[in-house]
Amino acid sequence: MTTPVLFDVPGPRARARIRIGTIVGALVVLAIIAFVLVRLGGNGQLEGQRWAILFDPSTNVPQRLLEALLRTLRVALLAMVLATALGLLLAVARLSDHRWLRVPVSAFVEFFRAIPLLVVIFALYFVLPGFGIRLSTYAALTAGLVLYNSAVIAEIVRAGILSVDRGQRDAALAVGMRKSQVMSLVLLPQAVRRMLPILIAQLVVLLKDSSLGFIIGYFELLRQARSLVEYFTPRFGNDYTFQLYVAAALLYIAVNVLLSQLARFVERRTRQNARTAAAAPPVLGAGAVAPGQEA
Amino acid sequence: MQFLTDNFPLLRDAFLTTLGLSLLAGLVALVLGTVLAAMRVSPITPLRGLATFYVETFRNTPLTVVFFFIIFGLPQIDFVVGFFPGAVVAVGMYTAAFVAEALRSGINAVGPGQAEAARAIGLTFGQSLREVVLPQAFRTVVPPLGNVWIAMVKNTSIAAGFATTELAATLPRLANANAGDILLILVAVVVGYMLITVPSAYGIHHVERRVAILR
Repeated sequence: MTTPVLFDVPGPRARARIRIGTIVGALVVLAIIAFVLVRLGGNGQLEGQRWAILFDPSTNVPQRLLEALLRTLRVALLAMVLATALGLLLAVARLSDHRWLRVPVSAFVEFFRAIPLLVVIFALYFVLPGFGIRLSTYAALTAGLVLYNSAVIAEIVRAGILSVDRGQRDAALAVGMRKSQVMSLVLLPQAVRRMLPILIAQLVVLLKDSSLGFIIGYFELLRQARSLVEYFTPRFGNDYTFQLYVAAALLYIAVNVLLSQLARFVERRTRQNARTAAAAPPVLGAGAVAPGQEA
Repeated sequence: MQFLTDNFPLLRDAFLTTLGLSLLAGLVALVLGTVLAAMRVSPITPLRGLATFYVETFRNTPLTVVFFFIIFGLPQIDFVVGFFPGAVVAVGMYTAAFVAEALRSGINAVGPGQAEAARAIGLTFGQSLREVVLPQAFRTVVPPLGNVWIAMVKNTSIAAGFATTELAATLPRLANANAGDILLILVAVVVGYMLITVPSAYGIHHVERRVAILR
């Protein structure tokens, strides 16, 4: 907290002003909440029976939402595993001594980092069929997530490898390890360990991005909510629309918050073990995108 | 090539939509993000709580969900927003959370001595924030803010899924063209985004060197 830096320990007048500010601030916050509730209540959105369908198994709604959540997680998990694996390979390849490997891999990484993920997914889904390759929405979404995130992860891992003390590499070479052994037994383990919090933050971004499946029609949570709304509207009017949207959004947020908490936990653990790891904090290379700021 | 020239007006308009959306959403994000950052370091607990809640919520919400809510959810409670204004609001509100985080880390990076000195010469909280801390914070946050801006430009593509015809949206629209033609459109779209991001990256680097302060 920066509080003590920005202002003195408040005296009586400042305390009074802060108290007034706190009351006014609390009133503003309450006013916002009240406004939202009145708005919702005025539309009858708060009626219990409208929300009940979300929890009533006989309407099939909870099952449908759960299936959709599982479909979201299925894409995200598969893409996480593949993107991490590919990202590690790309990072190592970009640091290779062989020009023929380094140059194309650098181009691949820079290209996929420069264009929006949705354009990658659109290219796989709308452009490839012209060349006789027809991907399902599932495959296009997963492949897009893997291509884009492997490039980002490659840069994170590369920064991690470069941050490992030079002496580690020299020592490993001096005891007679081959270059591949130095990389896989000495440098990579330290790099991954050091970059773990940033890696997990990027995996949270990947999970968030799996919602792009909605746009190409993959049946994830949002698409499922839309389809349930389309099913209910002719029968009950718009009675349940808002509730279904809220449910889909909250499920997304809940899953993301859980994974973010995991990231925070790992970060704390890593910091506690910092003494056993090497001293210098890792520095992301110039132009490397800070995690959590991607799409 | 014929196909590309035939569709040039569409691509040009799409590019201008992406550019306009980026600039407007960037403005919203910068203003809202600055307010949020100031709230997060203020001594007033409810405002600090509100800002923290805002930032944590939006950082854990996919932008698609924000769009979805503004375009499909809000009309349910009688707030109808157009597609383009809705896109500006969605991208702006989402990005504001990241701007606030970048600014806050910038505020934390300003040496404690600066704020202490500002207080010692009798500046109020507002004055020391306005005249001493924020100007320095803005300088240290040029690179992270630049990253947020570039990520945001790429994020505007999500508007394609919500009936705004910006660059990415030209791909599904022209998807029935033959293979060579649609590939050309893809190249044009990629070039379109790079026309914004590459000069931005260059400009940010330039500004970064100009305003850098030695500590």
